[in-house]
Amino acid sequence: MFNNIMVPVDLAHLDTIEPALSIVADLAKQYDAHITYVSVTASTPTSVARTPQEYEQKLNAFAQERHKVHGQPVSIKVYSSTDPIANVDSILVKAVDEVGADLVMMGTHLPRHLDIVMPSHGGKVATHTNASVFLLRLAQ
Amino acid sequence: MEKKPQNPSSDDSASSEGIPAPEGAANLIDTDYVIGQDNITTNAMGLNLDLHGKVFSISAIIVLLFVVLTLALQDTIAPIYDAIFSFLTVNLGWFFILSANVFVVLCIGLIFSPLGKIRIGGADAKPDFTYMGWFSMLFAAGMGIGLMFFGVNEPLTHFGTSFDGGSWAPLAGAEGDATGAAALAMAATIFHWGLHPWAIYAVVALSLALFSFNKGLPLSMRSVFYPILGERVWGWPGHIIDILAVFATLFGLATSLGLGATQAAAGLTYLFDAPESDVTMILLIIGITLIAICSILAGVDKGVQLLSKINIAMAALLLFFVIAVGPTLLIATGFFENLWSYAVHLPALSNPFGREDANFSQGWTAFYWAWWISWSPYVGMFIARVSRGRTVREFLISVMLVPFFVSVLWMTTFGGTAIDQYVSQGIEAVRDAGVDLQLFVMLEQLPLSQITSFVAIVLVIIFFVTSSDSGSLVIDSITAGGKVDAPKPQRVFWAIIEGAIAIALLLGGGLTALQTMAVSTGFPFTIILLVACYAIIKGLMSEPKAV
Repeated sequence: MFNNIMVPVDLAHLDTIEPALSIVADLAKQYDAHITYVSVTASTPTSVARTPQEYEQKLNAFAQERHKVHGQPVSIKVYSSTDPIANVDSILVKAVDEVGADLVMMGTHLPRHLDIVMPSHGGKVATHTNASVFLLRLAQ
Repeated sequence: MEKKPQNPSSDDSASSEGIPAPEGAANLIDTDYVIGQDNITTNAMGLNLDLHGKVFSISAIIVLLFVVLTLALQDTIAPIYDAIFSFLTVNLGWFFILSANVFVVLCIGLIFSPLGKIRIGGADAKPDFTYMGWFSMLFAAGMGIGLMFFGVNEPLTHFGTSFDGGSWAPLAGAEGDATGAAALAMAATIFHWGLHPWAIYAVVALSLALFSFNKGLPLSMRSVFYPILGERVWGWPGHIIDILAVFATLFGLATSLGLGATQAAAGLTYLFDAPESDVTMILLIIGITLIAICSILAGVDKGVQLLSKINIAMAALLLFFVIAVGPTLLIATGFFENLWSYAVHLPALSNPFGREDANFSQGWTAFYWAWWISWSPYVGMFIARVSRGRTVREFLISVMLVPFFVSVLWMTTFGGTAIDQYVSQGIEAVRDAGVDLQLFVMLEQLPLSQITSFVAIVLVIIFFVTSSDSGSLVIDSITAGGKVDAPKPQRVFWAIIEGAIAIALLLGGGLTALQTMAVSTGFPFTIILLVACYAIIKGLMSEPKAV
């Protein structure tokens, strides 16, 4: 059913997606799918890395760690942006095609009124891509 | 960043295809400081916040204090602000003029030096924006709004004082000589809107871009001081520099927004008989703030860039329309004559010492330099953020020389047309109109004035939006400890604060007083910029050259 699962990852907030990672691993094992970890980082220095290259190394190390845990094949892709917080949705939509993902798994928050002006990233991605999108309500 | 599509099925283990080529040898500064380490993160009422504890809270307290003080003690405090500013321009006018010359010399020197080959973001970094998008943003943030108001006013004013031989004339004026007075007026105007202001912006922008993209330090004013202060820059000396930058940016923007709304309302009243009331002005500020909020939510690429492009396209249309229906030949020849006149008068105009035209050199030039310098943290930081991937030479030509020629063309077109209307056609209405209305009165003498005036009003409003949105992004990143990926509600917060301060001061009075105080920050920033010059040279010397 699924060959390539795309998992958006923010290394600065790894703790918040930690629970989702095991669900991703379970699903990947069930379908023997490849996992692509995708990040959108700032082109300026961030709390995680001082250059996009350094960020890429760290994401690669993260992917290797995950590979050791679940054993499924993994790859990564990093996008750098002048304004990552505003561009993350459209970059992730583009990434779905570029990595050839057929399923996107990402964490999201519970619905709230603020979503009207600032929609959740997961919701935005789900409405703009043809791939299946699995949004995990991590707060629950 | 360019990527090639990957074929996941060929990967059996972790691979990295995100960034195809290394960005070139990076020469990062070795520091243990982690960006955001002093930040406070919280999730209050469903809103995520990520703020630099000290810079945010102290800036907020100081901002509040100054607004309350200015509102409550207006009559007492306004003269104090004025006295501080007069002291600075009268006694330290030479310091501003001398420093601005240093900035111009440094920038021109770098264009021709081998250091100009160094690329911002590493030898192989690719630009994030097209030339058009990049130029539109830096121009709209840099001085668009000023050109709208002073494009007609300043040349006419200098012409008047020069022709009459008044004490405010530049370089002793040209009494009774209309041609000489016009040449001097244009030279003085171009001096104030040409190489010097853009060199000021370029120094700040280049130093920030270099220390952020090439040295790996946070995108914040304090980073420029690293070569001098070292690790101490992460402590109080750095906090103070950043707080000062927030102060200058916020008050510079808020007071301009308030005064700009007054001027735009005057334009609307003149053109469409709109009621010139507080309500009109407040509605204008709210409207500008709302559009700015939409723009910052859409982000730099889809918000600020798009608006800036619309802005520059409309400004270009207005410019070429005036060239076409105005005195075309006079503008065409005037462009070169004015450049020549500028070149001839430049040594005398930029001389910091022994000036006999003290009113002009202190009241105009030093005032302008303080003004541009107080804006430089905001404009410079924004330009820095969007300039990754450009070489130093490309950067300086685009940030200094191209805007210079655009400013010369703009001033020649608008100022030259106005002077021509007054001198050759004897139309005195332009000269006699108030500062806010001179542009519209000038346009009225040309065909289709209803349309052009409307375009001009819209331009003024969008220029304010592009200042407000990019300014809010800058304040947000400084108060978030140099993070550009702080949660969105924070940038909205700053845009609202800016509008709220503008409205409070508009209703309570004190806009001009607080603006004077904001411009006074030009003095400490002049020192910061001189340090930036040293930091640029030192930083560039330690960079690998681009191939």
